[in-house]
Amino acid sequence: MDARLPRMLKDAAVTALVAAALGIFIVGFRTHDIGKGLTFDYQLVDLGIAVVTIFFGRLGLLLASTGLKWPAFALGIVLGVIGASPLQLPSGFLHWFVVFAGVLIILRTIWPWVDEAATKARRSPVGTRAGQAGAKWFGAALLVAAVVMPMTPFADQQTMDLAVLILTYVMLGWGLNIVVGLAGLLDLGYVAFYAVGAYSYALLSTQYGLGFWTVLPLAGMMAATFGLVLGFPVLRLRGDYLAIVTMGFGEIIRLVILNWVDLTNGPAGIGSIPGPTLFGAVFAENAPAGHRTFAEMMGIPFNSNQRLVFLYYVILGLALVTNFFTQRVRRLPVGRAWEALREDETACRALGINPTNTKLTAFAVGAMFAGFAGSFFAAKQRFISPESFTFIESAIILAIVVLGGMGSQIGVVLAAVLLIGMPEWFRDLGAYRMVVFGLAMVLIMVFRPRGLVSHREPSVRLHPVHRRGGA
Amino acid sequence: MSETLIAVEHLTMRFGGLVAIDDVSFSARPREITAIIGPNGAGKTTVFNCITGFYKPTVGRLTLHGDREYLLERMLGHEIGQRARVTRTFQNIRLFPGMTALENLMVAQHNKLMRASGMSVFGLLGLKRFRTAEADAVEIARRWLERINLVADADRPAGELPYGAQRRLEIARAMCTEPRLLCLDEPAAGLNPRESAELNTLLVSIREQDGVGVLLIEHDMSVVMRISDHVVVLDYGRKIAEGAPADVRKDPAVIQAYLGTDDGDSHA
Amino acid sequence: MAYFSQQLINAVTLGAIYGLIAIGYTMVYGIIGMINFAHGDIFMIGAFISLIGFMICAMLGISSAPLAIVLVLMMSMAFTSVYGWAIERTAYRPLRGSFRLAPLISAIGVSILLENYVQLAQGARPKPAGSIVTGGYTLFSSDGFDVRVTWLQIIIVVVTVVLMAGFTWLISSTSLGRRQRACEQDMKMASLLGVNVDRTISLTFVMGAALAAVAGMLFLMYYGVVDFFIGFLAGIKAFTAAVLGGIGSLPGAMLGGLAIGLIEVFWAGYFSSEYKDVAVFAILVLVLIFRPSGLLGKPEIEKV
Repeated sequence: MDARLPRMLKDAAVTALVAAALGIFIVGFRTHDIGKGLTFDYQLVDLGIAVVTIFFGRLGLLLASTGLKWPAFALGIVLGVIGASPLQLPSGFLHWFVVFAGVLIILRTIWPWVDEAATKARRSPVGTRAGQAGAKWFGAALLVAAVVMPMTPFADQQTMDLAVLILTYVMLGWGLNIVVGLAGLLDLGYVAFYAVGAYSYALLSTQYGLGFWTVLPLAGMMAATFGLVLGFPVLRLRGDYLAIVTMGFGEIIRLVILNWVDLTNGPAGIGSIPGPTLFGAVFAENAPAGHRTFAEMMGIPFNSNQRLVFLYYVILGLALVTNFFTQRVRRLPVGRAWEALREDETACRALGINPTNTKLTAFAVGAMFAGFAGSFFAAKQRFISPESFTFIESAIILAIVVLGGMGSQIGVVLAAVLLIGMPEWFRDLGAYRMVVFGLAMVLIMVFRPRGLVSHREPSVRLHPVHRRGGA
Repeated sequence: MSETLIAVEHLTMRFGGLVAIDDVSFSARPREITAIIGPNGAGKTTVFNCITGFYKPTVGRLTLHGDREYLLERMLGHEIGQRARVTRTFQNIRLFPGMTALENLMVAQHNKLMRASGMSVFGLLGLKRFRTAEADAVEIARRWLERINLVADADRPAGELPYGAQRRLEIARAMCTEPRLLCLDEPAAGLNPRESAELNTLLVSIREQDGVGVLLIEHDMSVVMRISDHVVVLDYGRKIAEGAPADVRKDPAVIQAYLGTDDGDSHA
Repeated sequence: MAYFSQQLINAVTLGAIYGLIAIGYTMVYGIIGMINFAHGDIFMIGAFISLIGFMICAMLGISSAPLAIVLVLMMSMAFTSVYGWAIERTAYRPLRGSFRLAPLISAIGVSILLENYVQLAQGARPKPAGSIVTGGYTLFSSDGFDVRVTWLQIIIVVVTVVLMAGFTWLISSTSLGRRQRACEQDMKMASLLGVNVDRTISLTFVMGAALAAVAGMLFLMYYGVVDFFIGFLAGIKAFTAAVLGGIGSLPGAMLGGLAIGLIEVFWAGYFSSEYKDVAVFAILVLVLIFRPSGLLGKPEIEKV
């Protein structure tokens, strides 16, 4: 019997009690609509099981953190087994919940060993070199995989759809990374520029018959102009005020789109937006007058997948342009000034750097890429409405950047795959997607504020890499 | 009266009812180290904040004599660094901690490099003109790293450097902007005697070698007495004495101001 | 004139609710300088707890409206406070000393978490609540238009005024209030002088959440419907109120709430109800650009 046990039991009991207090109304009673009124039923048993799980979960974590590894490990295994057993818990969610608690304890128990081993590996000279080479090769491998992906047998329609979606978020994440990751400006209204790009293309193509490749730069410029106009008055504000104001702008733009029915068709949205063409060839079974189809041009039979593969390469290209641009600009004076502003604005001013102009360029450049992505989105969906441009979209893009590690390009890719791909692969969890988003943002800030990939490569070096640390 | 680098005339700064600086006038000459001393709360840092544009003076005129006359009180914060070429360091070091020592010095050369990169366009295209300018900037940074003995640590994040090195790096970073006037806010604070001596050498070389005028706020009287050419003494926001170090230390008003606050130092 | 008077009554009612939420923003900002982005969702939780509380009262056969209101008010304040406490403890406290934007990002995460947690637990559809207090009093009639103030509106304004008065007393005359103001001025110094900073901050969140719970209950009674998303808009409007009044200032929060209520109701009444939210957002942006210290706040002096 360990002397610390009573205190741990008390702590776990308090945690469980708080959880019970949090859950009693919202989870314990579930309201149902009946005709005009409401009724409710009880979910108190579910809540009770959850609270008991939290008690043991907290106890397990406390045991693990005080060095009582084996009891903690055993508790984790027991919880895991109970959760995974065919035992009839009232809901599938509870099974997941119990398993999760078990896994968490086990991870916490073995974490010190994992961490120690990882640190040792990273510190060793071989590890350092392998890490650097690994990062380089990992990026390259990822790129090759992305290029050949549509030619592999996995590339059915569903996978391609998802891949296009993920790449769209990768591009948006990379664009926002310029603003948030490099320049340190928390932009909560990024989706507004995405909307500007989407509506620019939708309107110019349906009203004036302009093609995708003509409108793409225009849409980017349009979004950048919006960025300049909106950014100019507000970029002097302190970080958190800036965040709220950008969110305000995001909502204003959405509400204007929603209500300016003459221009945007309001909530009904804009439909029959033409897709992108390849050297004038359209991706459809029958070409409109004056065009020919891609299948005719190539002399191959029409296949609806061709359009999807083409869209995939378009967004891959756009995303890579964003990445290339960012990598390049980071090594230019303006990019270094962005990072310096993120680190210390006062010092920048003392060095004669104009903070407003510098921030404005970051804001506008970020907006431009959102505009490109927006045009692509409109061309892919062929229908857009204000619903696609809510604050939640901004929050998702921000979550990708934060989770990936602010400023890290490869981190954004990982985070986009994780946050966008996972819920699609695990359909069961789809409903919990946004809960996981929110939770992930909090946990990342608490435990790993620099994100999944926290390594920062200097923009310029005096000493070549292999001589790092020595002189 | 010979050449003047900066003239501070009738500077007054009020915060609400509090008078932080009350009608202070002094001037500093090029290629000289002018120290501003005084007990805590005398208004020294406030003078700096007015000169470098962080505060707008309530009354007064601040004239910098460079290629032309710059009226600092009318300029925006960053213009003072960019056009008038007055740069400063901070009492609590303000480096860019996540960026390397070299990057810190590159950021300081921002305005020059921005022009060379054609507002980024040439840079994006990778034109030779920009690459040459960039290489020159790295060379300037390297020379400064040599002078502050940090070449080996050039690629380490500035925030990881030891305290004394951070102080030196901040001075080097300010020097990389090619200033006319360098304002140092307690550069010797927290340094050990050896580092303090190194700092003296650095400051003297900045005066002799680079020919830059230095305004120095310092508590450490040994530093002040050894290297400054001219001393201005403030107390409760007023100027109580001005002159050569040897004269100032004998001034009765100065002795009185320091007695009971910093007496050990004033007789050092 | 009649129309105007009616709108004025409605605006004051709405302003009272915004003001109660705004206090939570302003207190938290005052003490730790962060925008508690999740505060609007705390308000939403308060509304939901009130909804379920009223249903439980009905089930238990409590038919007296005043008794039900008092019971639900207590319950809602108590249990919503636990949310305020738990969020500060788990999502914000570990971030003190982290980088500048970390608490705000964490708060956005909490906001998303709360909204979707309630959506999962209670469904996405708006939840109607029957009227608990009906009837009112006709002040006067003109142009064939009755200007009415409902009992409910009176309850809302009275509850708000009483709470505000109690609260001002709490901050200005109790030791808790003194501790709070000490932390606002200088957290390090306060802790050196023996103030338990962690507990004071916790209590600030608890109080903010309790007031948001009151606002939630009043909102539920006034509009008769809640859903998981009401916290977003109400939160932004209340935040705007806090900024407009001068963030950090309690009377400012109330004044700002009133102003936002007036702007929203009159904009909808005389211009267009579609753009009433745009008007509020625009005010937020304009105030922050031109007068970031608000109507009653003190300007900040930058320390270098």
